Amino acid sequence: MLEGPIAAAPKSVAFDKPPLRFLTCGSVDDGKSTLIGRLLFDFAAIPEDQLAAVEKDSRRIGTTGGALDLALLLDGLEAERQQGITIDVAYRYFRTATRAFIIADTPGHEQYTRNMATGASNCDAAVLLVDARKGVLPQTQRHALICALLGIKHVVLAVNKLDLVDFSEEVFSAIASRFAEFAKDLDLSSLVAIPISALIGENVVERRGNTPWYGGPTLLERLETLDVSPIARDAPFRFPIQWVNRPHSDFRGFAGTIASGAIRRGDRIAVASSGQNSKVERIVAFDGDLAQAEAGTAVTLTLADEIDAARGDVFIRPEQKPPYVLDQFSAFVVWMSEDHLLPGRSYLMRIGNQFVPAAVTSLRYKLDVETREHIAARQLELNEIGDCHLSTSAPVTFDCYADNRPTGGFILIDRLTNATVGAGMITHPLSRAENVHRQFLSVTKEERARLNAQKPAILWFTGLPSAGKSTIANLVEKALHRSGVHTYMLDGDNVRLGLNRDLGFTEADRVENIRRVGEVAKLFVDAGLTVLCSFISPFAAERRMIRTLVAGNEFIEIYVQASVETCARRDPKGLYRRARSGEIRNFTGVDSPYEVPEAPELRLDTEGSTPQELADKVLAWLKQHGYLQAPQDKSA
Amino acid sequence: MIDPHLRWLEAESIHVFREIAAEFHHPVLLYSIGKDSSVLLHLARKAFFPSPPPFPLLHVDTTWKFKEMIAFRDRVASELGVNLVVHVNQEGLAQGIDPIASGSAVHTRVMKTEALRQALEKHSFDAAIGGARRDEERSRAKERIFSFRSAAHAWDPRAQRPELWRLFNTRLKRGESMRVFPLSNWTEGDVWRYILAERIPVVPLYFAKQRPVVERDGMLIMVDDERLPLLAGEVPQMRSVRFRTLGCYPLTAAIESMAATLEQVVDETLRATRSERQGRLIDSDEAASMERKKREGYF
Repeated sequence: MLEGPIAAAPKSVAFDKPPLRFLTCGSVDDGKSTLIGRLLFDFAAIPEDQLAAVEKDSRRIGTTGGALDLALLLDGLEAERQQGITIDVAYRYFRTATRAFIIADTPGHEQYTRNMATGASNCDAAVLLVDARKGVLPQTQRHALICALLGIKHVVLAVNKLDLVDFSEEVFSAIASRFAEFAKDLDLSSLVAIPISALIGENVVERRGNTPWYGGPTLLERLETLDVSPIARDAPFRFPIQWVNRPHSDFRGFAGTIASGAIRRGDRIAVASSGQNSKVERIVAFDGDLAQAEAGTAVTLTLADEIDAARGDVFIRPEQKPPYVLDQFSAFVVWMSEDHLLPGRSYLMRIGNQFVPAAVTSLRYKLDVETREHIAARQLELNEIGDCHLSTSAPVTFDCYADNRPTGGFILIDRLTNATVGAGMITHPLSRAENVHRQFLSVTKEERARLNAQKPAILWFTGLPSAGKSTIANLVEKALHRSGVHTYMLDGDNVRLGLNRDLGFTEADRVENIRRVGEVAKLFVDAGLTVLCSFISPFAAERRMIRTLVAGNEFIEIYVQASVETCARRDPKGLYRRARSGEIRNFTGVDSPYEVPEAPELRLDTEGSTPQELADKVLAWLKQHGYLQAPQDKSA
Repeated sequence: MIDPHLRWLEAESIHVFREIAAEFHHPVLLYSIGKDSSVLLHLARKAFFPSPPPFPLLHVDTTWKFKEMIAFRDRVASELGVNLVVHVNQEGLAQGIDPIASGSAVHTRVMKTEALRQALEKHSFDAAIGGARRDEERSRAKERIFSFRSAAHAWDPRAQRPELWRLFNTRLKRGESMRVFPLSNWTEGDVWRYILAERIPVVPLYFAKQRPVVERDGMLIMVDDERLPLLAGEVPQMRSVRFRTLGCYPLTAAIESMAATLEQVVDETLRATRSERQGRLIDSDEAASMERKKREGYF
């Protein structure tokens, strides 16, 4: 059954183009391992000694009664081999006489959307496997939809195990047309269905004569001839600056990989965000300067003029369609973490080479990836996909993902753990915020503050329930008021009864509560006031989010410190007692965590001082840092 | 002129190198003297041109490398003017660890894995660049380009970050580090084709020549110096051999070959049906041994 390996000579035409990267996806038992195994076998990509190891493992832990179990070759990690699962994307390499391939092999389990999205993000095409006996399953639709969302334009539907349905043309045609119907609004450039049997090799590499009614290409022929000439080459020029090369004062080069389009020596280019522009003086490469370079090339550009540009900036060509430079956009987000995506929580976004704090401002719906229905949701769980509005703390340069994959995709990073928790594809820009805010504001924050003769700020008191936050904040406010500072106090009691009365105490609601308080506090700071906020605010991510809403010196985090035991002893409202008896749920310090501030501006230890002493400490700090001006300045 | 396939691989590797320079404080290139290291070094010079690579080279020397490897290393370092740091696990040396008496498993753990950890900690390197490729061995097929390591240098397959597009997540907390593999998507054939196309110098041991070897358990072991104890009846024979991979000489088997030129080596590699790591005795110590070594911090 196994043919001799087909070797490619060093000068093979297989190397005349970059490798074709394709994704294989299928449900459990669709025969994916057998198919990949066959391709790797036939093209000599499995070395003898690795094969010998698999033979040994097949006898030990195989599921094929001692016969060669190809899944063991493909499932690389000991942990997953023992559990009989595949948990990640594996990359495989093989080459025929005419083309080189990289397979992104992703597991078919329903819950692994995350891995499929990861594999698909770098692929040009997808091979979707279907078991001829089962037809198009919900998972098949799920896989197709994820591929389409990630921008894969070429799909091969491999209807496998045809030998088990007597190579029936009717069965094949019914599956092919059912899938074509499903796929018709996935915006694919090509969809080809091929009847195969991976087991006996029918229509995989060659025809074995069991499907005389089929006149199309074999799977391999299809892959070998697939034209995936990337849109990137014809798209407008985008050059995300990766690294500034400055060996000495006479040379300043901008190193990076051309994301799309092309550039020639002498072309005019501009920084997308600032509009500063110049001409390309040299396209520097190790083997000598280039006259031109196109998408996918890693080069170093030097310019005719000194302009202000750094890692994260994007060079464009001014005469071409510009990218967006905005702080709000809409995107599909694939969630990859056990911790839910919470609207309002601040994440670190990486888009191109830009790193910027970002939050989902609204989760419009989550997508049922099988039925494509829109489902209302307040949070996104692992492996779910949501249509989101996002807001970044500063404008970023981007394109829509459908127009430009390298400049339209982003990842989200948890700011505490540094884990990659989500990935997104931008669908369109949002410019409402621009229109609403900025055009109508003619009196600025600085002018209002000057009229009030004070330096506005948020004094954010955080700590466990009953730590003494409100008591101290009240004393501070009284003292500030006496000295003529315009203040306002926001605390749980006055906010929860009005603005936030629709919110409960789940993690999602707590995040939203703090987000709204932050936005209100920001408006008050804008109005030139000193705002005292007294909130448990247990999560570091939210406190950090509020810090990013205002200018650097306008957020003062004050950690009111007391042990859980002390707080429980004080317990003026009897809340700890009720929480410990289980009467109240999600109570911070009892059954809900409190993340201690790592670097607050001020730390107040309530166990060693009186509230008045601590309030004085806050006032002294404010004075020392210039938030309280001397009286004579007031009249100025 | 290199072909479009190699050009694509080269561009990706250069991109990864520049990402390292932009994102880490103290990167280091793990220079093992082999062909992959030669390619890595060549790519690094291209990535940062006209600047020199902004990181030193680290060679973890087990003191059992082939003599020709050490000579080659020192020549490259002086010709290219690169900063080469050589680290030897002195404690291991003092304990008399060696690949023959201590066995390959102990030798590798003490003189390579532990030595590497010592060196990374001593110099506070936060990114270590290695030449590992995904086609080498089955547990590596799932390896990331940016592979996250805990503060204890441990590799936890479940803690690896998904890599989408080329948006690498390079964030680290204090003590944590990254192993970075710019050659992830290269195959052994690609490495040799690139060496040929770019005329990159490699250790002469990769080319077939008459060398003194003994045959043990079907493996051809070269007698590189007098430290290799000969078993009863063993007499070194001169045979035309070369190496597909280079490590510590008693642990690295040669293959019989007549491929004495780069062109012949490329031709032989592209037709090969045995994997290159097959010559590495340490891999077959036990099932899934590479994964275990990686968890402990081996490359």
